This record gives sequence, C-alpha cells and structure tokens, in this order.
Amino acid sequence: MMFDASPAQNLDAPPSRRPYAALARVKRRAEKVTAEAGEDWTAHLLAVRDRQDRAAFAALFQHFAPRVKGFLVKSGTSPAQAEECAQDVMETLWQKAQLFDPERASVATWVFTIARNRRIDMARRAARPEPEDLPWGPEAEPDQHAALELAQETALLGEALARLPQAQRALIEKAFYGDLSHSEISEQTGLPMGTVKSRIRLALEKLRQSFEGARG
Amino acid sequence: MTTTIRHHVSDRLLMAYAAGTLPEAFSLVLATHLSLCDECRARLGEYEALGGQVLERSDLAMAEGSLEACLARIEGLAPVARPQPRRAHGVFPAPLAKYVGGGPEKVKWRPLGMGVRQAILPTARGATARLLYIPAGQAVPDHGHRGTELTLVLQGAFADSTDRFGRGDLEIADEDLEHTPIAEAGEDCICLAATDAPLRFNALIPRLLQPVFRI
Repeated sequence: MMFDASPAQNLDAPPSRRPYAALARVKRRAEKVTAEAGEDWTAHLLAVRDRQDRAAFAALFQHFAPRVKGFLVKSGTSPAQAEECAQDVMETLWQKAQLFDPERASVATWVFTIARNRRIDMARRAARPEPEDLPWGPEAEPDQHAALELAQETALLGEALARLPQAQRALIEKAFYGDLSHSEISEQTGLPMGTVKSRIRLALEKLRQSFEGARG
Repeated sequence: MTTTIRHHVSDRLLMAYAAGTLPEAFSLVLATHLSLCDECRARLGEYEALGGQVLERSDLAMAEGSLEACLARIEGLAPVARPQPRRAHGVFPAPLAKYVGGGPEKVKWRPLGMGVRQAILPTARGATARLLYIPAGQAVPDHGHRGTELTLVLQGAFADSTDRFGRGDLEIADEDLEHTPIAEAGEDCICLAATDAPLRFNALIPRLLQPVFRI
C-alpha cells in the first residue's frame, strides 16, 4: 500500500502563516489516508519511517494515542500522566520509526512495547534489560509478503482474544496491565496461558509460523 | 547456535517479561537467555503481539487538542538512526555485558569458599542477580533457597538431580527443589542466577554497604 507522497512534501515546506489551515489539511489527509488504507497501520508507519509523512503520523496518533492512554490508565497510571505518556510514546514512534521492522512486529505490537517500556521507566525507575539483536539470517530485501502475513496473523490473534470467554480474557489483560504480580502468577500454576482455550493457542501457533517464515 | 539449548523459559515467565512486570534481576536473566535462544525469542514475539492486541482493546479518549500538541512537539525533530547492534563480550551476551562492563574478565568476583566465587550485579529491589563461578567438578555450597531461583549457564555445565544444564540452558527452581548442582568436569562453570528471596550474607556490614557500593 503506497501513498501519494506529494501532499506530505508540502507539509515539510516552511511553516505556514496560517498554521490552523495547515493543520486542517493534515487532519483531512489523515482521514483520507485512513479511509484508503483500511486499517493498514503498517503502511502508515512505513510512510512515517521512509518520508516523515505527517498525515500518516496524524492517522496513527488518532488510533494509537487513545489506546496507549487507556492501556496506561488500566495499568494504574493517573489519566493526566497517561495522557502525557501517550504523547511521549507517539513522539518516540515518530523519532524511532527507523527501528520498526514490519516483518517482526505489527504496529500495535511495536507501540505496545514502547508503552510498556515507558511504564517501567515511570513506575520503577528500573532498567529493562533487552536481548541483543540476533542475526535472523542474512539481511534481505524487505519481504512484503512476510510483513503482510504477520499483520494478518496478528489481526487473527486479536480476534481470538476478543472471542475468549470474559474471565479468560480478563486474566490475560490483567497480566499485561501489570495487575497480576509475579508472585500471583507463580501461585497459579500454569496460568494464565495454561487455561487459555485452544483458539488463542492456535492463533499464537499461526503467528509463530509467520515469525519463522520471516526468519527464512 | 541454539540447537543445544534444552531448558527454556516457561510460558508464565515469558509472558511476564513481555508484559514488563518482572523484577529487573529476572528480566536480566531472561534477556540474556533470549540473546542465546531463537526459539524463546520467537515465543516472546508472540506474547508481545498478544500485548499489542490487549493495547488495541484499551481505548480512552485523549484530551482536546492533543494531536495538535503532538504535531507541534515533533516539529523539527530529527529521526533517530538505527543504533549499532550491541555485541556480546566473550561468553557474556550483550545485556549481561552491559551490567558487568564487559566480559568475564571484568567481573569483580568475591570468594564463597571451595574455589566458588560470586559477584552481585546492581539491579532494582525485588530480586537479586548474581554471577557464580564454579570450578569444574566442584559442588555449589549452601544452596538452600526460598522463592523462585533462575539459573542460566553461560560457560561449562552443571548437573543436579533433575538434569544436565549446559550453555544457554535455564533452570527454574522453586522452594520445593532441594538440589546440589555440581559443575561438570572439564571447563569451569559460569552461571547467571536471580532469586526473588533475599540473599543471606555472613556478615551484617556487607549487607548494609551493599546499596552504597552496589556490590
């Protein structure tokens, strides 16, 4: 999915003397881009990554900023701090778009990892050791098919999560919001994944296959 | 590279790592194992995708004017280039090397007796991480533990009543496990261990000084 880059280039021109008119253009184009792309957030983020497309960024903001805010509030952050943090996360998305690899993560996954790391920074002031970058096979040309497949499998995972019985879904959500402490997880043998129905296992399995496909 | 790893991260630990809810010391052990293990890395990707889908379901309206504020913030912000990949130092994968300041030669070991040495790594409260150096053929002394203990082999191998653990293998022990790990003959064994129970020290002074010197 490619965008017409020309309107975005206009936005890189010197700041307009009529900033609100420029903003209205960004918003209109964001709506148009969203309508054209369906919910192809990967294409939006690649437009940000490859040509600093502000309209694509605006579309991403309107979808993901409220979700980051909601995620953080459910994790116990105050609404005011969650709002500020959602801004930080979106700023990070803009600045670090070069680090996004559509063969390894959907946009939702990537945004989640940024929000998670911000939450750790805020709550504990503790570091979160990250694995080193593994060589996942020789550096290849971007594989559009692998990226698309990953996006589709991730969407299936979302559907599987939505179809779970409420109690099981709540358990998974609590684990990610951080409501379930490590010791609580330890006490519940095999939980949460052990009790999750085959649907989500199946969805994870499919996702795994597409990861392995991406690794070649 | 990873075909010999037989002992992997459990689902619940991996999910907690993906969720970002583990104590730093446990995260360090997992990040180090994940640096050696493609299989667990792929599983982590799945749990992070699950986290992404949880995020997708967590919608809360932003304040009026938030998009405008953010567009103003990113105005003129230059993209950050992809950083250089971090490198392992000898047998220490990058996340561990960062805590040590290099490879095994940089570790400030302290003797525990019988040739066994340890070094406590600076991590946030809630769990403790330490490196253990066990001469080949030597048993690890005084190994009762409370809470959960993770032990990751970085060099050599050890065996206990449950199994053999070589480089990259992760042993997850709870309070029920009474074990006496013995380092295999041949190469000296280096492990990274983390526990969420307080470590016992022989003297009061080192314990009080620990936060000061970050030993």
